[in-house]
Amino acid sequence: MSVAPPLLAVEGLTKSYGGVHAVRGVSFSLRAGEILALIGPNGAGKSTCFDMLNGQNRPDSGHVRLLGEDTTGRKPREIWRMGVGRTFQITATFATMTVRENVQVALISHGKQLYNLWGSAPNFDRGEAGRLLELVGMGGYADRPCGELAYGDLKRLELAVALANQPKLLLMDEPTAGMAPRERVDLMRLTAQIAREKSIGVLFTEHDMDVVFEHADRIIVLNRGTLIAEGSPAEVRGNPQVQAVYLGEGLLYEAGHREGASA
Amino acid sequence: MAFYVVQFLTGLASAASLFLVASGLSIIFGVTRIVNFAHGAFYMIGAYVAFTLTERLSGAFGFWGAIVIAAFAVALIGVLVEMVLLRRIYHAPELFQLLATFGLTLMVEDLVVLIWGPDDLVGRRAPGFKGAIDFFGQNIPSYDLFLIVLGPVVLGILWLLFQRTRWGVLVRAATQDRDMVAALGVNQKWLFTSVFAVGVFLAALGGALQIPRDAVHHAMDLRIIVEVFVVVVIGGLGSIIGAFVAAVLVSELNAFGILIFPKISIILVFLVMAAVLIVRPWGLFGRPEAPARKTPGLTVNPWRPLTSNERLAALAALVIAATLPLFAGNYALTVGSEIAISVIFAVSLHFLMSVGGLASFGHAAYFGLGAYGVAFLAKMAGLPMIVCLLLGPLLGCMGAAVFGFFAVQLSGVYFAMLTLAFAQIVWSIAFQWVSVTGGDNGILGVWPSSWAASPSHFYWLSLGVAALVTIALRAMVFSPFGYALRATRDSLLRSEAVGINAKRIQWTAFVIAGTTAGIGGALFAYLKGSVFPDNLGISLSVDALVMVLLGGVETVSGAVIGAIVYKALNIWLVSQTDLSKLVLGGFIVLIVVVFPKGIVGMLEMLAHRRGKTSPPGSPLLAKPIESAE
Repeated sequence: MSVAPPLLAVEGLTKSYGGVHAVRGVSFSLRAGEILALIGPNGAGKSTCFDMLNGQNRPDSGHVRLLGEDTTGRKPREIWRMGVGRTFQITATFATMTVRENVQVALISHGKQLYNLWGSAPNFDRGEAGRLLELVGMGGYADRPCGELAYGDLKRLELAVALANQPKLLLMDEPTAGMAPRERVDLMRLTAQIAREKSIGVLFTEHDMDVVFEHADRIIVLNRGTLIAEGSPAEVRGNPQVQAVYLGEGLLYEAGHREGASA
Repeated sequence: MAFYVVQFLTGLASAASLFLVASGLSIIFGVTRIVNFAHGAFYMIGAYVAFTLTERLSGAFGFWGAIVIAAFAVALIGVLVEMVLLRRIYHAPELFQLLATFGLTLMVEDLVVLIWGPDDLVGRRAPGFKGAIDFFGQNIPSYDLFLIVLGPVVLGILWLLFQRTRWGVLVRAATQDRDMVAALGVNQKWLFTSVFAVGVFLAALGGALQIPRDAVHHAMDLRIIVEVFVVVVIGGLGSIIGAFVAAVLVSELNAFGILIFPKISIILVFLVMAAVLIVRPWGLFGRPEAPARKTPGLTVNPWRPLTSNERLAALAALVIAATLPLFAGNYALTVGSEIAISVIFAVSLHFLMSVGGLASFGHAAYFGLGAYGVAFLAKMAGLPMIVCLLLGPLLGCMGAAVFGFFAVQLSGVYFAMLTLAFAQIVWSIAFQWVSVTGGDNGILGVWPSSWAASPSHFYWLSLGVAALVTIALRAMVFSPFGYALRATRDSLLRSEAVGINAKRIQWTAFVIAGTTAGIGGALFAYLKGSVFPDNLGISLSVDALVMVLLGGVETVSGAVIGAIVYKALNIWLVSQTDLSKLVLGGFIVLIVVVFPKGIVGMLEMLAHRRGKTSPPGSPLLAKPIESAE
């Protein structure tokens, strides 16, 4: 266990905009099958940090390693090819295509058939697409146009799409933002279950502390771009520094504001 | 040395009008997010009105007064256009806005001829600036010096207007965030109208100031709008200083390009534009735009392949179409061949525009390149028809590969402007490079071999190729590549996040569409027996857009129906009236405002209302040459 490299290893990640240090020397790691929450108040650098992991943003210094391989500064699509699925804070789906077609696009890409001009896409990996949709509880919606779905269903669809390339790591940016409380619990339970079954590592940012403390195996806390705490939910909850940081926003358990612009 | 200085000053003088028009376009875009295609038309009306007024009013005051009055009068027309037309389409997809303002341009072209006649009009010289100044043996018109000073003065006035007045602050705020400005209680309607008026005023002033330099004629609108598009692409849409710098740059490149490449001076501008786009895709002084609104967006109606019944119906329609030579005369068969070629052209654009979400305003370039490819092979290499038909479209393919590479770096209105500019460049080359292309005289005597020479044989050939092309492209819509292409259209963010190289997918689609258009052009060259620069002109590009739009931009097979209906109407219309542009322009505006779903889109909607899922093919209509997979 200790010999093999961790699934994800982040070392000394740093990014500044002008004179503002958005992220300063952040390091952490993630094991396969582990669910890690990245929390912190608004402007703490969560989104910046996240975007550097998925290739949306390039760090000034520091490294991101996936299973020992350096992915720093690679494009999002290259990182996806290495086995990283992701969901967005504001869902991004193919709105004019059906739910099944959304999943099929990811499967086509995974099967490296993107430049196949003559095959039949409607029949492409239909079985696998169906299985993925069943897995997230969207089996009955396969033929619905994606643009008609409710927000919670779009989040589930994103999860199915993210799972299409059999990822080793899932990056979920505010997976439950904008959802009803009941839907939040369902979605995170589902994610946790899938992650454990398939031994997928999950890193998510989240503002809802109920979701964080119920589902995360481990929590890392960012404040003003630096990592101030790391540990199990119980340890983090008891950490005086974390409490101090969150008192500005009210009680720890009620810090459910949505994050605005990234830091 | 003196010669180069004079050349440089001439360039600066040309930059003045270009800057006025480009800054107007930029200001309007900044606030309303509409790329006003009709801006060239307002420039042209400004010149015509100023011409008439300067002829009527006498004296120095009369001349300068006439220029200013003309600009104000045209600005008033602009206000009218904004209130009657643009207010209805601010929330429409940007393709529709471009098309509606283009329709306006077409109407203006015919109206101008109707009012002022088709001949070039030479205006008065400006009082006080009639002579020339001697500069080391070279003459510089003193009016040029006036224009050189005017450019920076207008820039300064605009700067003061935007920095020092309440209105200017509102305009700058709206350029950054329209919704926020509306939320602060600003009357959006009047802000938009006033901004449009100012923009049109600048365009008309630019046109009016040209009359002492250039003859006024009814094609000056397209010439200026293409240059202005190049200017705003280089300078960055929405930036006034960018418009100024780029106007100077483009004018100087034109002035010196003639010295370096006398035959194809426009090449230099193209090279600079390409370089700018690689380094800063949003222009020298522009800012990266938020993702553009999607081209589709009227409805969400999933696409599906034809059912077997629909395929049979389509096949039956094809068979019926194939029986035309049994009862129709030669003229009807020639028209039939032209319609079949239009179908090829329309479905090729449809693939790029509806499936890929990339509305090209210069698709005729690849059609025309295919035609020229055939003409070169047949006339210069003397190859037989079948070889020419197979190899000719490769010229379209190569053109699409080069221009497409740059075009797909951009999206939305930038893509539209860039494709238009590219097409205009190809047109200029065909027009200017007389020794190779024959220039305006074209290349004549491209006749089909004897096996395809008779009208009925040629009709069958065109029909067969059209059917094959339609089937092939339709199959591609439902191929893995087609899904990937639709994915990049719907969400760039998500497609990159599932490993799709969106630019490369779009580039591939561009090449496929360009090659297919080239096939249409190759047939067209043989149908007409000749090739002219008009075969890659703007009006042909717009024909293709209207065909797709008329059929239904969000349907799979609308382009086929649209091409048949539009081409038949068009041929009939041209035979009936001299004012075909006026009618066509009005028709485009009408479709955009009241009929945006197109024929097939409407039929689908009606079928939906009857509670039944509808065939996207609509086999009810006469001879849709199509089938699936």
